[in-house]
Amino acid sequence: MMDATVRADFPILRRAVGDRPLIYLDSAATSHKPEAVVEAEARFYREANANVRRGVYRLSAAATDLYEEARAKVAALIGAIPEEVIFTRGTTEALNLAAYAVGEARVGPEDEVLVTEMEHHANLIPWQEMARRRGARVRAVAVTPGGELDWDDFRQKLSPRTKAVAVAHVSNVLGTVNPIPEIAAAAHAVGAVVVVDAAQSVPHMPLRVGELGADLVAFSGHKMLGPTGIGALWGRAELLAELPPFLTGGEMIREVSLDRATWADPPAKFEAGTPPIAQAVGLGAAVDYLQGIGMDEVRRHGRELTSLALAGLLDRPYVTVYGPLDPAARGALVAFSVDGIHPHDVATLLDEEGIAIRAGHHCAQPLHRRLGVPATCRASFYVYNTGEEVAAFLAAVDRAWEALA
Amino acid sequence: MSPYEEVILDHWRHPRNKGRLVNPDMVGVEANPLCGDVVRLELKLRDGKVEDVRFDGQGCAISQAASSLLTEMIQGRPVADVAAVKDDDLLSALGGVIRTRLSCAVLPLRALRKALAQAPKEGGR
Ligand SMILES: Cc1ncc(COP(=O)(O)O)c(C=O)c1O
Repeated sequence: MMDATVRADFPILRRAVGDRPLIYLDSAATSHKPEAVVEAEARFYREANANVRRGVYRLSAAATDLYEEARAKVAALIGAIPEEVIFTRGTTEALNLAAYAVGEARVGPEDEVLVTEMEHHANLIPWQEMARRRGARVRAVAVTPGGELDWDDFRQKLSPRTKAVAVAHVSNVLGTVNPIPEIAAAAHAVGAVVVVDAAQSVPHMPLRVGELGADLVAFSGHKMLGPTGIGALWGRAELLAELPPFLTGGEMIREVSLDRATWADPPAKFEAGTPPIAQAVGLGAAVDYLQGIGMDEVRRHGRELTSLALAGLLDRPYVTVYGPLDPAARGALVAFSVDGIHPHDVATLLDEEGIAIRAGHHCAQPLHRRLGVPATCRASFYVYNTGEEVAAFLAAVDRAWEALA
Repeated sequence: MSPYEEVILDHWRHPRNKGRLVNPDMVGVEANPLCGDVVRLELKLRDGKVEDVRFDGQGCAISQAASSLLTEMIQGRPVADVAAVKDDDLLSALGGVIRTRLSCAVLPLRALRKALAQAPKEGGR
């Protein structure tokens, strides 16, 4: 059992929606923040605020230490060394950086990039745009009716022309956990760079980049109890040394003359301008908080709630569930629809009861086209959710169906 | 205010004027590609009035109920009055609509305005 005191650490969970307590089942969109994170960010501003890496004075040195400590914490969480962790604004910026830099370094006319039909737009559009600039082509691996990657289609589309394989670790709609080590081994055999969108995995499960086998891994702080405006791109050191910078300007250079510049070593090479310093410090506190619970326990709790929700939804004949039926093969979320009722109506009716779920295309329009529906409902879970909340959610789905069917 | 006032539930469960017209004088279709809602409004005019109206579509209860209610609001009315129907007129007839769902409720009005922007066909009188 997740310690009951965890809930008490999240001040927002004490608020009401109308006259109902908030039941928040949209952590896949953004998670709530424990007091420790809110406080760490505020304390930085109160006690240590200065720009990093530029001041000679001690306050700036102290701010730089806090910023770099946060990087070390994030690195330790994913089994990496700090020099391989680049702070970004979030997953979206990290994936734009990856697509741009890999494109510049590795992709030319007639080359191909392999994505999948289940990608979030953040791991699709940057590759489309890069391919357009480089005269290359984006191909997408099909998703099976069961919500898994079609392995035969992947093998068929992977070729020596494939310069990058970009894939979600956990789908934000289907919940599918993709077999990254196997994908990476196959991709590396043809010389492709492997880029993983880990926005829905790093917050929810133990992850070691060494075991994952990918070359670049992107995730967001705000989905893992941290602040908005901060995320990370982990990259294999040799690759980071090879890749050109994405943004250029202050703090990322070695030497500048009026007509050219040379780059600092990674990670500074990829962190132009003043970074989100307080947000990084807040993310460091979020990592501390998650480590305090233990990522194995985070994973176990997420799986327990997902199992409850999945079993309850599958029990209801008027509900359709998308993605794998085995909770062990899923992240901490379930997408579903209610027969004859639009997902937005389901979400509005649940909101009347103080229950926040997501309805829409979840930034995955091609996947919804494949599923044959314009939109779905999604409930997602995190450390502060309880079995009682899942039960309340299931009962509210029944009432929604009774109200409009 | 509940998001599904009785009037919305009533029109959702028992849509009025749903279907197609033979030879409509004006047709307007509006869709919200983000959520998949679609509304098609067809009008038949006579002596400067809406002689007949039908809607067809699919999507959420709010967009479909609003479409049904709008057909009742404009049936038999002079075209000039119909053209003057404001978003707020429809929203208040619906008993109020919550902020997050306003675009669903006004979808049929956007279809209506598209229809009215067409020149009447020959024989539309
Ligand atoms: C799988 C996946 N990729 C990318 C993103 C984009 O993350 P962000 O908006 O934090 O950049 C999200 C979340 O919205 C996501 O779920």
